[in-house]
Amino acid sequence: MSDPAIKVRLTRKHCRTLLHQMLRVRRFEEKCAELYTQEKIRGFLHLYIGEEAVATGVMQALGPEDAVVATYREHGHALLKGVSAEAIMAEMYGKQEGCSRGRGGSMHLFDAETRFYGGNAIVAGGLPIAVGLALADKLSGRKRVTACFFGEGAAAEGEFHESLNLAALWRLPVLFVCENNLYAMGTALDLSESETDIAAKAACYRMGAKTVDGMDVVAVEVAARRAVASLHETGAPQFLECRTYRFRAHSMYDPQLYRAKEEVEQWKERGPIRRFQEWALASGELHPEDVQEIEEEVAREVAEAVAFAEAGTFEPAEHLLQHVGAERRT
Amino acid sequence: MTLMTYREAVRRAIRKAMQADERVFLMGEDVGRYGGCYAVSQGLLEEFGPERIRDTPLSESAFTGAGIGAALGGIRPIVELMTCNFSLLSLDQIMNNAATIRHMSGGQFTVPVVIRMATGGGRQLAAQHSHSLEGWYAHIPGIRVLAPATVEDAAGMLGPALEDPDPVLIFENALLYNDTDDVEDLVEVDIDHGAIRREGADISLITYGGSLGKTLSAADALAAQGISAEVLDLRVLRPLDEAAILATVAKTRRCVIIDEGWRSGSLAAEIMARIIEGAFWTLDAPLSRVCSEEVPVPYARHLEEAALPSTDKIVIAALAVLGR
Ligand SMILES: Cc1ncc(C[n+]2csc(CCOP(=O)(O)OP(=O)(O)O)c2C)c(N)n1
Ligand SMILES: [Mg+2]
Repeated sequence: MSDPAIKVRLTRKHCRTLLHQMLRVRRFEEKCAELYTQEKIRGFLHLYIGEEAVATGVMQALGPEDAVVATYREHGHALLKGVSAEAIMAEMYGKQEGCSRGRGGSMHLFDAETRFYGGNAIVAGGLPIAVGLALADKLSGRKRVTACFFGEGAAAEGEFHESLNLAALWRLPVLFVCENNLYAMGTALDLSESETDIAAKAACYRMGAKTVDGMDVVAVEVAARRAVASLHETGAPQFLECRTYRFRAHSMYDPQLYRAKEEVEQWKERGPIRRFQEWALASGELHPEDVQEIEEEVAREVAEAVAFAEAGTFEPAEHLLQHVGAERRT
Repeated sequence: MTLMTYREAVRRAIRKAMQADERVFLMGEDVGRYGGCYAVSQGLLEEFGPERIRDTPLSESAFTGAGIGAALGGIRPIVELMTCNFSLLSLDQIMNNAATIRHMSGGQFTVPVVIRMATGGGRQLAAQHSHSLEGWYAHIPGIRVLAPATVEDAAGMLGPALEDPDPVLIFENALLYNDTDDVEDLVEVDIDHGAIRREGADISLITYGGSLGKTLSAADALAAQGISAEVLDLRVLRPLDEAAILATVAKTRRCVIIDEGWRSGSLAAEIMARIIEGAFWTLDAPLSRVCSEEVPVPYARHLEEAALPSTDKIVIAALAVLGR
């Protein structure tokens, strides 16, 4: 029931925003990869490089009042939702100035102020949480959206099906966003699903479900705006499958035995940033100076984030047992 | 004897079992094309093909249940759960099916499934990826729970586990995969008993799995102070080798238990209870234990270190028991 009349006006300003947001994520994560090899960042580090158009497009349709639930591949989502690059970087350094006080790390970014309900590192673990957040909104008469991001791998989990069913059955305002990058670690979608059309699965639960080119930021934005408009109108959940691709390893170390280099190269040619930037330059919406300005601004933001994280402090180990429960009974 | 890593030891054990018995197959997430999330099964897909090195979708409950069903059906599945963290999604299958079917069927059916999974913290993977749940599983009657702590046990436990007519869970501490040691090529070990890894007279240190290395280091440190510590590696967490526990305590009369699980309701608590029941009058000092702090495991390195058992903590606990 999404309104096909919804279009995105690609003003110069809006083009700038889209490119800027995608580049923030890209450059931030490139820095993260570098810092990982320097052992400043530890644990798992899952990069979103190649998939930036998805979160960037969807986030255009969300407001500050809306909530986001994401996966362990969530640096971009956090940045785009408004968590500061500084707090995210400090988190990855394990510093107490981090958005989770250094206790979560890359996979567990949280931020109450921006309603960012986490990085969840259990595949499909976030879906029931999103359903619950939306239920709370519905019962409290609040008109807000909960956007829930997850990979196509989650579609194999029971929690995916249970959550979609509940959200549809109870008509809850959840925007389910499937980031279909064709692989769950090394398992290709068609080796994992009898029906590889994920949106078709969602449609079985009687919710509006669309598939969109996740490498096209404008297409994602349009689809997300339509889905959110329909969500506001009906209160019922919507499902968006974004077809995308991860350019890098699943996590930092992964010899990528499961896919051909040529396949990766082909997808890189359709890279969301490259494609949008080329289009914007060719159509005259943006000039080379704009791109340069954006790059400089982003570089500054990333450099400040690193400086902030470097200057951050480690929480005293005596605080270890804090944040376990409201009151500690020993 | 061949020098190999713990990872290679598990891989060889799988290969050997698959060569010996064509009913044996491996299934789990990313065991095939990816080569296993800890690279344990790398190369096996090429050798045995996708029927027997079977990639599964992200459906822990479903494929664990399918492994249980396949075992009921007369074949010999090795189910790999990437980590015990995700085994929570299969807990229902393990507890309500694997562990009960023999009993519920009055002994008509058995479930000879082997379920392997990585366990443990220490790699800055934060709260959802650092659990040590083997103690929980050791609570369940109807299954056997193994914790190979050495390369030899990694190589030698799988064979007997597959021969066990009942479900066997194998917990491989993820920090051990790169450990190397010389191992007999066709080694098979027993899966009933604990093993004394170091003889000593003054105090017993009882541990298993990923904590064995820390405990042996602690024993070294204690030796430097003139204290002779005996180290018992439990190896089998269910059924517990109570005789070995009581024997070492009877010998040294003092004991510290080291367990990466959280303290409350831990396996360490069970071991203490058994010692109290069976060897109370032989004790010269109160028992002590080093467990994980009661906090979800934090990401930051220094906090994680503070949360998990360490060599230092073991030494301090041992000295306290010795009144030093
Ligand atoms: C319940 C569960 N099982 C297994 C894993 C290990 N694991 C982490 S990410 C991943 C792949 C998930 O793929 P997908 O959902 O497509 O997301 P992507 O990584 O492609 O963004 C797996 C198997 C996990 N974290 N949680
Ligand atoms: Mg995927």
